[in-house]
Amino acid sequence: MSTQNASAFANPSVRPNGAGAAAILAAGSGTFLLAVFAILADQSAAIKSLMIFWKPTGPLSGVTTCAIVLWLAAWAILHARWRNRSVALTRVNAAAFALLILGLLLTFPPIADLF
Amino acid sequence: MEMTARSFWTLIHGMGFGALYLLACSGALVELYRRYCTHSQELPSERDEKFLRIYLVAMAALAWLAVLTGAYIIYPWYRAVPPPGTANLAAFPQRLLMASPTTSGWHSIGMEWKEHVAWIAPISITMAAAVVLQYGRNLKNHPQLRAAVLVFVWISLIAAGVSGFFGAMINKNAPVEGGPVIHIVQGETK
Repeated sequence: MSTQNASAFANPSVRPNGAGAAAILAAGSGTFLLAVFAILADQSAAIKSLMIFWKPTGPLSGVTTCAIVLWLAAWAILHARWRNRSVALTRVNAAAFALLILGLLLTFPPIADLF
Repeated sequence: MEMTARSFWTLIHGMGFGALYLLACSGALVELYRRYCTHSQELPSERDEKFLRIYLVAMAALAWLAVLTGAYIIYPWYRAVPPPGTANLAAFPQRLLMASPTTSGWHSIGMEWKEHVAWIAPISITMAAAVVLQYGRNLKNHPQLRAAVLVFVWISLIAAGVSGFFGAMINKNAPVEGGPVIHIVQGETK
C-alpha cells in the first residue's frame, strides 16, 4: 500500500451520501416514468398524439423526452435538498431498485398491455 | 463490396455504439467489483480512479449515442409508412414484419420493448458515472452507494442486451436498407 493510499484510508474525509442518494433515486424514478409515459401513449390516442414531438420518430420522441426532462428535474431537486446531508440510504436504495425493476418490467409489451 | 447509407448507420448504431457499450459494461462491472467489493483495505490509486471516471463517462456517451442514433436516425426509416398499394415492403421494415404472422412478433414485442427499454441504459450509466465522479475513492466508505451503482450497471447491461438482441434479430428479418450506396472495395470476379 502506498503512503498516499495508507494516509487516505487512515483518515478518510467521508462525504455525506445525499448527493449519491439523489442520483440513485432520480435514476430509479426516471426509468419508472419512462415506462409510465410509454404505457400512457400506448393506451390513449390523445396522449399518443401529444407525445409526437418529432413526427418521423412519432410518440417515442415525446415519451423519452418527457421522461428525461422529469428525471433530470427530479435529480436537480433532490441534489439541491440532499447534497450536504446523509440520508437513510437503505430506504432510498429500496425505492430506487423497486422503481428500476418496475420500469424494466413495465416496458415489456405483454405486461404493459395489461393496463 | 458495398452497403447502403441506411445500412451503414445501422452498423454505427448497433456495432459502433451498442455492441461497444455491452462490451464496456462487462469491463465496468469487473472493475467496480474489483475496486470496491473485495475485502482489500487498499484504496485505488488516483491514476486508477481517473481511469474509471473516464471509462464510465465514455460509457455514458456511448449509451446516449446509441439511443439517440437509434431513435432519431434509424427508427424513422424503420417505421416509414409505404404509399397505398405498395407491393414490395422491403424499404418499410415495420410493415414488412407486420405483414406476416411469423414475423409480426419481432415488431409487436421486439421493437415495442427495445424502443423503450434501451433508454434505461443511458439513464442508469449516467447515474453510475455521476456517483463515481462525485465520490471517487470516497466510495470505499459508502457500501450502499457502491451496491446501488453495481445494481444499476447490471440493469443497464440487461437493458442494452435486450435492445441489442432484438435489434440484431429485427435487422435480420427486415433490414433497414436504402439511400445512397457506399462502395467499400471492388471484389474480384471469376
